[in-house]
Amino acid sequence: MSALAADRTAAPTSTGSTATRVLGAVALVGLAAVALFGLVISPPDAELGETIRILYMHVPTVSVAYLAFVITAVASVAYLWKRTEFWDLLAASSAEVGVVFFALTIFNGMMWGKVTWGVFWRWEPRLVTTTVLFLTYIGYLVVRSIPTEPRTRGTVSAVIGIMAVVNIPITHKAVDWWRGLHQSRTVLGTVDPEMQGSQLFTTYLSLTAFMVLFAWLLVHRFRLAWLGERAAEQGLEAALADRRAEGQTSGSAGPAGGGATA
Amino acid sequence: MTDPSPPNESSPAAVRLRGAVALLGRFPALAGMDLEVARGEVVLLAGPNGAGKTTLLRVCAGLVPVVEGSAEVLGVDLRADPRSVRRRVGLLGHAPGLYADLTVSENLEFWCRSSGVAAADGAAALDRMAVAGRLRDLPVRALSAGQRRRVSFATVLARRPELWLLDEPHAGLDAAGRDLVDGLVGEAAAAGATVLFASHELDRAEGVAQRGVTVAGGVAT
Amino acid sequence: MGRTLRDAALLAAKDLRLERRAKVALGQMLPFALLVLLLFAFALDPDRGVLERATSGLFWVTVLFTAVLAVQRAFAVEVDDGVLDALRLSGIAPAAVFLGKVGALVVELVVLEVVLGLGVAVLYDARLEGWGLLAVVAAAATVGIAAAGASYGLLAARLRQGSSLLPLLLLPLLAPVLIAATRGSDVALGRETGSGWPWAALLGVFAVAYLVLGTVLFRPLLEET
Repeated sequence: MSALAADRTAAPTSTGSTATRVLGAVALVGLAAVALFGLVISPPDAELGETIRILYMHVPTVSVAYLAFVITAVASVAYLWKRTEFWDLLAASSAEVGVVFFALTIFNGMMWGKVTWGVFWRWEPRLVTTTVLFLTYIGYLVVRSIPTEPRTRGTVSAVIGIMAVVNIPITHKAVDWWRGLHQSRTVLGTVDPEMQGSQLFTTYLSLTAFMVLFAWLLVHRFRLAWLGERAAEQGLEAALADRRAEGQTSGSAGPAGGGATA
Repeated sequence: MTDPSPPNESSPAAVRLRGAVALLGRFPALAGMDLEVARGEVVLLAGPNGAGKTTLLRVCAGLVPVVEGSAEVLGVDLRADPRSVRRRVGLLGHAPGLYADLTVSENLEFWCRSSGVAAADGAAALDRMAVAGRLRDLPVRALSAGQRRRVSFATVLARRPELWLLDEPHAGLDAAGRDLVDGLVGEAAAAGATVLFASHELDRAEGVAQRGVTVAGGVAT
Repeated sequence: MGRTLRDAALLAAKDLRLERRAKVALGQMLPFALLVLLLFAFALDPDRGVLERATSGLFWVTVLFTAVLAVQRAFAVEVDDGVLDALRLSGIAPAAVFLGKVGALVVELVVLEVVLGLGVAVLYDARLEGWGLLAVVAAAATVGIAAAGASYGLLAARLRQGSSLLPLLLLPLLAPVLIAATRGSDVALGRETGSGWPWAALLGVFAVAYLVLGTVLFRPLLEET
């Protein structure tokens, strides 16, 4: 518990810093470049036509989401091992950003579907898997939002983070076998190895830009969480003092705070 | 019934807490507790509601972690490995610690076997707690609060702990039960066990305890 | 290792004995499951052959919903009356507590599945064939459900409002089990062509993965008060 040794003197008041400004700028430039290449410069695909342009966003958002959840899982293991707040907050922040990217993935998958099939939803492997996993991690976020003791919340979330990540490949396999047989043309999700020239370039450019965006979001979210914990802890020394003072007043019942009974 | 296994640590203290802080959520239930209890002592914990007596007992049982300060029970450093002390202590808490739908005998048998204690010790403990034979095949749910307390006590008794942690042992018991508890505490101490108990019944408790510690505001005063 | 298994058996026996006493499974969960089967029939019109085609799916969905109830029940019993503390004090390994719970849940679920299987055979006029594959699929699925359920059950029991969260947490995780069990059952019942064994294998992977995870992760879950 770092509370009692918390350094009050260097308390940051915002989540921005030189690092985030650089990251943000790079992300902005990168995304602008992707928009340029994706929407204007690269040619329409022989097979997919103009709809390949959605792929330039779809592949990165799903890749980033998976990366985010792997980070959550690794941080969860580290938390259970080391029990430091850093790992807990990293896991939670990464999961939250990951869920956002999953939502984006589902959304642009639906857009692609509307354009290609004329409907927003089809029971095809990628969409289904992404949606199931999306719900799994929504559960993670709901658990994080329940007011609980920090250690309990950290432990419970870490367990969910680890269990959920193991389910990713299993769910993929199950859904692929299940729906893969029925689809003639499955939605984006793989980078076609035969993609060439500016299409390939745009895809990799986009991947990079979105990774930078992810890093930017993650750093901000992590710092936000860290500040939140500091704010919550702020009262600990005061609470300790109050608690001891209780003892000085004769025989009266203690304060109701924290719901503790002796 | 009450002789504990011989202490295997050279340290003479059964309990040694220095500046121990224990949190329930973010609330400091123990706010820097200092306490030293020698082996074989019987110590009364007195203090108002909400003072931290229950948390103190649970800390000594290795159930609640200590986040600041030091805590050593029966020679075991609770900050390093709280789990290893559990088998050597007996905690009588507020909750019965019994499965309501199992019978008294089934409960004793289960708790004995899970603690590595012979089932016969469980039956003997029930005898010692004067739990009538006819009650033993009733589900715990059907017992009165006082009878349940006796059964809970029996589960502690059967373990033959080196350190007894009793949270208001007299509460809910009739006069005969209270005398019984006093007798058991005396026997335990005579056999070398250490007893730490929290009580509001100061008159009664002072007869049994060798000394008292007042707990208030999460510290000993 | 032996000690852990013995303790697990002790705990599972205790759970099953509690179940025999309280009869929650018998009195509440089985009727619920049969009711769900009936409700599906009301919703899906027995005359149009939908029920017959959807038999496997409906069966396994019902099992899943009932399993959530079973898991909630399995841990409600431990949260009351300070029993969890007593378990921690007894020195039993957390892994043993996990395996004990899994064992008890497996037994309850198997009983449920047998009864439901009969229910489905009668109500939906399904014919049961392909026993070997069916048994393996059901066994692997059941162990997987029990393992994931036991872990999440304790997890939910530790949280405020946790038991109402259990479906949200557990069901997405069990989605692949539902898919694989349904497809495998369909193949076993002759309603689908192809091999059912890959599905059984996938279920096996899930079961093993969550047995291992649960065994390892139960300790941090149990120790967080």
